[in-house]
Amino acid sequence: MCASPSDALNHTEVVDEYFLEHRAKLLDLAAFLDRLDRANGSEEDDFRITHLRRGIALLIDGQDDRTRRIQLLLSDQTTEPMEQTPIQGAHGAPPQADA
Amino acid sequence: MKYIDPHIHMVSRTTDDYRRMAQAGCVAITEPAFWAGYDRCSVDGFRDYYRQLTDTEPKRAANYGINHHCWLCINPKEAQDVGFAREVMSIIPEFLDAGNVLGIGEIGLNKNTKNELTILGEHLDLAKARNELVLVHTPHLEDKLKGTLLIMDAVAESGINPDRVLIDHVEEHTVGAVLDRGFWAGMTLYPDTKCTPQRAVDILERWGTDRIWMNSAGDWGDSDPLAVPKARMEMKRRRHPASMVEKVTFTNPITFLSRSPNFHLDD
Ligand SMILES: [Zn+2]
Repeated sequence: MCASPSDALNHTEVVDEYFLEHRAKLLDLAAFLDRLDRANGSEEDDFRITHLRRGIALLIDGQDDRTRRIQLLLSDQTTEPMEQTPIQGAHGAPPQADA
Repeated sequence: MKYIDPHIHMVSRTTDDYRRMAQAGCVAITEPAFWAGYDRCSVDGFRDYYRQLTDTEPKRAANYGINHHCWLCINPKEAQDVGFAREVMSIIPEFLDAGNVLGIGEIGLNKNTKNELTILGEHLDLAKARNELVLVHTPHLEDKLKGTLLIMDAVAESGINPDRVLIDHVEEHTVGAVLDRGFWAGMTLYPDTKCTPQRAVDILERWGTDRIWMNSAGDWGDSDPLAVPKARMEMKRRRHPASMVEKVTFTNPITFLSRSPNFHLDD
């Protein structure tokens, strides 16, 4: 149903098509970490930033399936329903940094 | 080329959005009952909302040649107060026979609490008793994985055939389990917190095009009512055939939604 292997974008075409937008995202990420360095306040990383740094390490560990592995890293891995909810929204990373 | 946006909250959108969607090829939408951005304080507040979904909004959509359908429930964000949720649920049967209602939704979980699970189970019982289709909202961000697994177990316990249940807002870490267990899967194209069009097309390339659709979930927040046509452009950018674009954005929604006798398209 997807493009046949002969029709699908080849390696060079994927680079040509997508490199610039992801180059920009890499610089965005770097600028965000630089901004954090400049900001006054805690020397300790927020748990969300701890997870972000771990996710960055997954990007360059040489293994595939990076997106799903980063999703799992950023997920609450417990399985029991909660009694009460501390907040209504979500943080984007599990509050326990060592989860 | 025609498309369907099977999850969008048009009560929060303008007529300009309807016009632009129609110009982009949208011929039908389905609108699940959801959280308004604030907690409604009375059962009558929900009654008015259900009237809007079953009476006002279909007329507004028809002005732009779009068939409007809806799903009814009390959403999981307002299900933490079990007593209030039950009062709201008691009025839902008054509206289920309206001509544009496709089933129960978007039910599910928000913070994966026991009270939310209780109300989810009672919605599933209602759907089972009335033989209604089900549209499921899965939690956001770090709560999605756990919530999706709890929801699939709750559906299994209800005895509803997973083939009559669409589990929405799937991402890379949940789509495989949802499809493996026989459910339909929805991908939501959201600027920051869900799938981008690029990642949604990656998911199609990895997990296939059977039992899956994509939607904008456009609402009162930062969202894009033209997200589905943008994902169609992304498929074309990768030279996927027109048959694939049509399957995911038109015929798959028709296959699932047609299980409700209330789903219709104009010729
Ligand atoms: Zn929604």
